[in-house]
Formats: sequence, C-alpha cells, structure tokens
Amino acid sequence: MRPAVCAKWAGCAAAVALVATGCGGGTAGPGGSAVVSASWGDPQNPLEPANTNEVQGGKVLEMLLRGLKRYDPETGAAKNVLAEKIETTDAQHYTVTLKRGWSFSDGEKVTAKSFVDAWNYGALLDNKQKNAPFFQYIDGFDKVHPDNGKPTAKTLSGLKVKDDHTFDVTLNQKFSSWPDTLGYSAFMPLPQAFFRDHAGWLKRPVGNGPYLVDSYTKGSVLKMRKWKRYPGPDPAQNGGIDLRVYTDSETAYTDLQAGNLDLVDDIPASQLKNVRSDLGDRYLNQPAGIIQTLTFPMYDAHWGKPGMERVRRGLSMAIDREQITKEIFQHTRTPATDWTSPVLGEKGGFKEGLCGDACVFDPAKARQLIKDGGGLPGGRMTITYNADTGSHKDWVDAVCNSINKTLGNDKACVGNPVGTFADFRNQISARQLTGPFRAGWQMDYPLIQNFLQPLYYTNASSNDGKFSNPDFDKLVNQANAAPDTRQAVAKFQDAERILAREMPSIPLWYQNGSGGYSDRISNVRLNPFSVPVYNEITVG
Amino acid sequence: MGRYVIRRLLQMIPVFIGSTFLIFLMVYALGDPVAAMFGDRAPDPATAAQIRHDLYLDQPLWKQYPHYMGQIFQGNFGTAFNGQPVTELMRTAFPVTLRLTIVAIVLETVVGVALGVFSGLRRGRSIDTTVLVLTLVVVSVPTFVSGYLLQFVFGVKWEWAAPTVAIEAPLGQLLLPGLVLALVSLAYVTRLTRTSIAENARADYVRTAVAKGLPRHRVITRHLLRNSLIPVVTFIGTDIGALMGGAIVTERIFNIHGVGYQLYQGILRQNSPTVVGFVTILVLVFLIANLLVDLLYAVLDPRIRYA
Repeated sequence: MRPAVCAKWAGCAAAVALVATGCGGGTAGPGGSAVVSASWGDPQNPLEPANTNEVQGGKVLEMLLRGLKRYDPETGAAKNVLAEKIETTDAQHYTVTLKRGWSFSDGEKVTAKSFVDAWNYGALLDNKQKNAPFFQYIDGFDKVHPDNGKPTAKTLSGLKVKDDHTFDVTLNQKFSSWPDTLGYSAFMPLPQAFFRDHAGWLKRPVGNGPYLVDSYTKGSVLKMRKWKRYPGPDPAQNGGIDLRVYTDSETAYTDLQAGNLDLVDDIPASQLKNVRSDLGDRYLNQPAGIIQTLTFPMYDAHWGKPGMERVRRGLSMAIDREQITKEIFQHTRTPATDWTSPVLGEKGGFKEGLCGDACVFDPAKARQLIKDGGGLPGGRMTITYNADTGSHKDWVDAVCNSINKTLGNDKACVGNPVGTFADFRNQISARQLTGPFRAGWQMDYPLIQNFLQPLYYTNASSNDGKFSNPDFDKLVNQANAAPDTRQAVAKFQDAERILAREMPSIPLWYQNGSGGYSDRISNVRLNPFSVPVYNEITVG
Repeated sequence: MGRYVIRRLLQMIPVFIGSTFLIFLMVYALGDPVAAMFGDRAPDPATAAQIRHDLYLDQPLWKQYPHYMGQIFQGNFGTAFNGQPVTELMRTAFPVTLRLTIVAIVLETVVGVALGVFSGLRRGRSIDTTVLVLTLVVVSVPTFVSGYLLQFVFGVKWEWAAPTVAIEAPLGQLLLPGLVLALVSLAYVTRLTRTSIAENARADYVRTAVAKGLPRHRVITRHLLRNSLIPVVTFIGTDIGALMGGAIVTERIFNIHGVGYQLYQGILRQNSPTVVGFVTILVLVFLIANLLVDLLYAVLDPRIRYA
C-alpha cells in the first residue's frame, strides 16, 4: 500500500470510503479482519439464484450461498456441502438427505423446505427466472413452465419433502450425473424471508454462505462481510470483500496499479503485453471452463448438405490456432483439440487431441479437403460476430486471414460484424445466418454433459446451429443412463467423436481466466469458473 | 418579457416530443433486447415471452411510445432490466454528474475567461501566440486521450490525486475529472473571449471610457468585459447540456457513477427505459439552459429587449 495516495488532493477525509483499502492498510491486524477490495461489474439481473446467469452475479452468490454441493475450486469435482447423501437406485428417483446444523445468517434453519421452495420458485414461469430450464429434468416441469400458455401447476410434482432433513426428487428421465449438477447457483436454498419480502431480500440478500451482505448500493458497491458464525468447512479468511463496480477494466487496472484496489479479475486486452512486468507473479492466468467455437448453420441448405463435412473439417484445418492464441491473445487462450475444457480433467471427460487431425493446422490438406467437398458455398464465406463487446473483431479477422492464406484467395472469408449482442442473438435464433458464426460456451457445471448435450443434442436449448444426428443423441442418452461416471464419460466421448467427424462447430480455443492482485493480499486463485476464490484470500 | 418566456416554454413542447420520439425510435431500431439477457445461451422461449410482455415489448412501436410517454407524465420512467426503477437510478446519478458539471463549468469559466482577457489585451504578442497554440493542441486532443493521460500522470505516477472517484464523489476528487471534462470547452472559451476582447478593445465606448480617465481595471471589467462576454455566455449555456451528456467518456475513465455511466450501461444492454429516460432529462436541461442564456442576454446587453 502506498499511503501517499491519500496525502495529497483527495485528503484522507475524502478517502474514508477507502478504509482498509487505500489508507487503513496498516491498521489491519493479522487476525483476518481486514477487508479486500475487488473489481466488479454491475450484475445484469436482480441478485437471486435462479435469475443469475452471468459471472458478476455469480461471484456474489458464491460468497452468499451454499447448496447441496459445491465445485472444488481446485479440481472442479462436485463435493457434498449441505448434502449428507444423495441416493438413487435407478438414476431417476433420488433421495436427498441434508446435514444438520446449517442455518441462514438470519437464524432460520436450512431444511428440506428451503430447497424445495427455492426450486419451485425458480421453475415457475410466472417468476420469469432466467435459469428456469435448469429444473427441466425434474418431473412436472412442463406443468409449471409450459412452452406457451399459463402454467397449470404452482409446484413441481417431482419434489416431495419427507421430513426436515430429507426430500425426494423424481426426474422425468434417467440422468445419472444429475447430483453433480447441484452445485450450480440455481439450486441454492432460500430462506423464508425471500418469499415473505422479496423486494427487501433483493435489496439486502440473506444467505447461508461464509459472507453476509453488509450494505448494497446498486450499481456502485456491494460490501460483503465475514459471517462469524458460519458453520461450514470453508469460512472466510479475511474480514470481508468490497465489490466495486467498474465500467472500464482499464480503470480498474489503473486503480490496482495506484494501490487503490486489491483485486481485478479481468485484465484489459491492451494491458496483456505489460501485465507480466507490472505485476510479476501477482498476475493470474489459468484455465477456465470456457470454450470458443465457430458454429456452422446446419439448417442452411448449403452448409448442412451431405459431403460438406469435408469442407467444415478443411476449414478447421485451415486455422492456425497456435499463432492466433500467441499473437492476439498473448497466451490467455489455448488451442482447442476437443469440444470440452481442460478444467474437467482426464477423469471428467477432457481428452486432449480427441478432435484428431481436423484440429491441427495443415494448409495443404485443408485445401484438398475443401476442394473435395465442393468448395465454399458460392466460393466465399463470412464469420458473423457481435462488435459491441469482447473485441471479437481481432481474432475473427485473424481466422479469416488464416483461411484466406490457405485458400490463396483474399476474398474467400470476411468478418461480418453485428452491432449489438442482442441483435446477434436474435439473428441466430431466427436462423437468419447463412455462414459460420462465433459461439462461446461457459460451463454451468464441470461435467462433460454440459459441454455436449445443450449444444449438439437434437433441438437442445443452445443448439444454435441446429445440428442433429441420431447416433449422437443415442450415445448421449446412453451416457446419461450409465450406472457410473466412468462409463458415462466414455459414452460422451464416443458422442464427441461424431462431432469430430461431422464438425458442426470448429473448436477454436479454451479460454483462460485472468486476474491480478496487489501486494497487500495473498493466496489468490481462480476457480474453474474464472471467479476468484474470495473466502481463501488472506490480507497482509 | 413574461410573454416571451411563455412563448419559449410552449415551443419546448414539440421539441421535447420530437426528440424523445427520435430517441425512442433509435433504441427501438436496435432490435429486441431480451435475447441478450441470457448470455450466449439461447433464451428459454416461455421466459423470454413473459419478460417481453412485462416490459411492454410485445406491442408494436406505435403503441409502445404513447404508453411510455403516458407513464412519464405520471412520473414513472419504467424499470431498468436489473429491476431498479429508472427514477431511482436518476436520483443517484444526476447529483453526481451535476457536481462534476459544476466543477467543469467553474473551471472553464474562470480559467478560460482569465486566459482570454489576458491574451486578448496583448494581441499579437508572444503570450497571445502561446495561448493560441496551446488551445489549438487541447482542442485537437480527444477527451479519452487526455483523460487516460492525466489519470496516469497525476493518479499513478505522481500520486497527486486518486486515479478514480469514490462512490460518494466528493468535490476534491472531482477536480481532475472536472478538468478533463472541461479541457476542450476551456480552450473554446479562451479563444472566444480573446477574439471578442480584442475586437471590442478598439470600440468607441472603450476609448471614451479611457478618455474619461477611468482606471484600467474598471474599463476592463465594467465596460469591455461585460460587452465581450455575450458570445461566451451563449457558449457556456449550451455547454452545460453538452457537458452533462458528454461526461460519458470522462465518467468511464474515472469510474464515476453518474449519468454517463448509466447511459453507457443502458446502451450496452439496450435498456430502452434507462436510455430514453435519461436522455429525456438531458433534453430538458438543454432547453432550459438555452432559455436562461437568452434571458441573460438582456441583462448583459441593455440594447436587447424581449417583447
């Protein structure tokens, strides 16, 4: 900490807001009472579990709530937290038993009802929760959340409270890895206060996690403080976290450099070249469960017709992933060789090189394959992307450049920017795109199922390219019904090999999470969702 | 005078309706915003339909606009997509931006007029040339360049000021962002004042005043300055609105959570209630500032009368 910041213009009186971050650094003892300031983005949706589908809101819920399971920050494995056991004999009927001794920070006990009420709330169409589809495997979902019209039931028929610490769940299909999905924030329990005074809860959420909300100024700052009576195994190692909203990651980075901020979890692209010299080993760059792909419109008569798989494979081989990840992304991306993510680990289903030759840069073979497949439809193609966020233009131009060089034709591939993300999504949903488009997938839970089924199963929720392959669907069904994880993973990988053959989307690269922190704090790392593990951070 | 003000106020009505309609149209033309709320995931159709219905987005434009305007006249500016009423956003954002604007206006008026008088009275000398060159440089540097530059130099290198502004936005911390925001206008004010002073310094009434034997400072402040400030006042008046709306870049650089921040967030998320609501207020600020400027003319120059 450089106290000089406060001595001049700002004056220490004005810097009261920076207590323990800018000025008070010296006063904090080693007892873990000091507060860490971290960068944050304004969450897009109200902070409620079943309505939070992006990483900014996810950060808060990770501190505020604990569910049946939690994904290990290191390995990503789903581990029991509130669940004593989750038992099944047929992968369809589950009995959940809760651990005793857990309560919310307002004193209410966490019971089976806390879960069942929260899930019913999340699934009901009237509540407009954006994560409602996560409850779709529970029996009765189509009654509370019909595709059109009004819901005909208020609660999921597949959920039954047996006693305070036990409830039964009936699924509408076999799903052996279903318990492993329960670490996702949509499945968190909620106290009765949430239902009694919903607006009040949103203003100041109450949970059962290692932190409680001290104050929340929407759009500016959220102050989380350590909950001293937290009963779980992972209490906060610091006094609290101040999440400060920044609209510009450049500004947050400047604040970090000036000693005004302890932790940023998004290094601006323009600083990637300097970050190592600026921060040294306080720069974080580690794999996250995000994969970027180029998805083909399989509904399009040209791109989807039989024989075109050769062109699609050829295009994949025409992209020099190594060079693009090095030059444009400064190694914050890793060339992809399958359709999952390294954070799953070998056991979880990640298999390096599963894609085979098709994901290796080989211009000669690429040219041959594209020629054999009949060439690009109309001799040219576009790559559609949204131009408003994420600086996609740079890499799309680089990919096109790589393809053009391979084909020896300057005009074969061009980028097609769409002004806003919403418009981009609308064009995809309306099936207006007639060429490949960029797609990013951030996992909801570290399971190979989450990387395959929602994206490539016939008519799945995020199957934007409308890929459909009966063999793929059959293998996914078998995998979900498999009696244990090992066999399920094997089936999923068989399904993935069909993707390698058909290439409905080109895997480009795995995205890393990045971040940096001040010399005031230590023990900082990111979990597989690229969210800092806040409760482990120590000050001093 | 009274009739003139009433006439001007009545003229504001069509301007107000026209501008809000144009803004509404432009935000609407960006397309359906609901799809972006679900991230890279395809929206669940039933939930998306429900949200559209609640936000009145399932109606055609010609129904949406009157509905929205009807709400505004009841003091309801709608709800932002994160569930906050837009009026609540305004209550937090406008005071901050207002303070920033005041800092900027004071800076540009005091420094700009002083520099302008200084160089205008020494027309053609080296001090005048220096001011002219310096203002030219300032005018040609975009705000985001000067912003990041000053922030880095003062905030990180020399540590004279905090590089970003705290949530409460105290005046002391707004000096640097205020300067950045004011820089370009400051240069214009300097140049306007300089030209005006240089011209009027040779006017008959100044010669008369000097011949009467009035002291120099009295000639300058009472006679020369009062007549030379008319174009400057016009500029500053229209600048109030421009600064409030133009703070979008400055507020982003210094992480100030004012109008610019809310507008940026609203545009990024295609949040029409936020964007239209804030711009509507800005339009009002523009109109009222313009009216005040016109009324100020009469005070500064007795030759101007409003019937």
